[in-house]
Amino acid sequence: MGHKRFSALPGFGLTLGFTLFYLSVIVLIPFAGLIVRALGLSWADFWHLATTDRALAAYRLTFGASLVAAVANAVFGTLLAWVLTRYEFPGRRLLDAMVDFPFALPTAVAGLTLANLFTANGWLGRYLVPLGISGAFTPLGVVIALTFVGLPFVVRTLQPVLQNLEREVEEAAATLGAGRLRTFAAIIAPSLLPAVLTGFALAFARAIGEYGSIVFISGNLPFKTEIAPYLIVMRLEEYDYTGAIALAVVLLVSSFLLLAAINLLEQWASRFQD
Amino acid sequence: MTGIIKTSSAASVKQSRRGAEESPLAKWALIAVALAFSLVFLLLPLVNVMAQAFVKGWACYWSSLTQPDSRAAIRLTLIVAAISVPLNVLFGLAAAWAIAKFEFRGKSLLVTLIDLPFSVSPVVVGLMFIVLFGLQGFFGKWLGAHGIKIIFAVPGIVLATIFITFPFVARELIPVMQATGTEQEQAALTLGASGWQTFWHVTLPSVKWGLIYGIILCNARAMGEFGAVSVVSGHIIGRTETMPLRVEALYQGATGASTVAAFCRGELAGAPGLVYAGDQDFPRMETGERISGSRSRIVDR
Repeated sequence: MGHKRFSALPGFGLTLGFTLFYLSVIVLIPFAGLIVRALGLSWADFWHLATTDRALAAYRLTFGASLVAAVANAVFGTLLAWVLTRYEFPGRRLLDAMVDFPFALPTAVAGLTLANLFTANGWLGRYLVPLGISGAFTPLGVVIALTFVGLPFVVRTLQPVLQNLEREVEEAAATLGAGRLRTFAAIIAPSLLPAVLTGFALAFARAIGEYGSIVFISGNLPFKTEIAPYLIVMRLEEYDYTGAIALAVVLLVSSFLLLAAINLLEQWASRFQD
Repeated sequence: MTGIIKTSSAASVKQSRRGAEESPLAKWALIAVALAFSLVFLLLPLVNVMAQAFVKGWACYWSSLTQPDSRAAIRLTLIVAAISVPLNVLFGLAAAWAIAKFEFRGKSLLVTLIDLPFSVSPVVVGLMFIVLFGLQGFFGKWLGAHGIKIIFAVPGIVLATIFITFPFVARELIPVMQATGTEQEQAALTLGASGWQTFWHVTLPSVKWGLIYGIILCNARAMGEFGAVSVVSGHIIGRTETMPLRVEALYQGATGASTVAAFCRGELAGAPGLVYAGDQDFPRMETGERISGSRSRIVDR
């Protein structure tokens, strides 16, 4: 049915041609350049450069903090989306609008602001630091920054799904004697799960590559609070390009695995919608 | 008779709704937890940015924005956005037209490739352009011989920004254009309109809000990008420093929190409409959503 219906419109060759040209010039050629350089490395060299102790510590922090932040976003993002779509309360529309704030704020400013909030005399730090919770210049700071930048992903993925849920099914469950918790576990949670996982993977993928918001709050101490993207920048400043490329390959491969996971999740999710 | 039926059905609806809702206690507990989380991760950072900016008053804010180095940074940021945003809008319109209005082989591969920049760390994006155009890069010798500077110069900053903001407009437009279908365009063409007339008078108005939202997101990111630009810029004060890099330089130079903060506020100027537009736009966006994936794919990375 597709071909004949669409063929009446003009401009296919022009728009697709321009799309492919622009995509190649801006994205594919730079990408290929990096891949070619990476393939120029011998396996032993690559392994040696990509698995130094400092790099391993940086991966641990990057992937660990990203995972924690993505889990926090999955939990609180789901809660936030639920509250925003299901309940009426004062300030709901304002809160809904504020969810986009981490997208709007330049990452460097986000990092500065969060560091400012959590240092010993900051608005939150003055209460938290005496309790032993130090949010600035610690791994916790990295988690805080990543939670901030990843928050909109889960909320914005879930909101349309929640709005499209059929309330009648929940009402039927209630009529049949199910308690609210049981309805949630048996009816609501399964239909939300694909979207939650998609939002989780998006937040996780974003967190792995994040740079701007972290460098100001983490302190960038090697082996302690240094993230992998920061280590790439350090290698570049030492003019150690092969070292930077090796680290970049590790980050790229992990983001691609996540991208593949996101696509699989979306296919899985759309199977349920049809 | 009809009256009785109506009343009874209304009553049963009310009753069943009651069964399908949380108890008020659970409801307000959930709201309280959500609000507490939002307070720490949304409201306090927002208020803190504003408060820092004006802690020393308007005069200080204004003077820190009008220093020569800051003015140069603002100018560069505006130039970079003025080049990268229109190019990505043009690309977004072309890509959305081809993908939403036609069927062809490899379409899903194309959509995946358009998403590619979202899954690359900004620092790695900068590295890619250094590998291509840096001194030891593929084109480094040739560029050097011809006296063209891309890395540590404005062209590199523009290229990195275009790469980073590449998917925004396209990802916002594709679902909206798919949702509107092709019937209206076909009607216009049947009535004798040319391709361009159809595009300007039929397609463009129907995707207007998606386009505007995409432009706002694209512009906010173009003006705020830090990682990729930081790698290729070389941080030459007054020449290759954009606003986010100026913020970092001021922070590291410790020239006073208020200067930094003033810049923070200046940065925000790049995206004043976002929260408003996001709010306006959201209900309408969902139509597109159902058809093609999630909106958050569209957004910032």
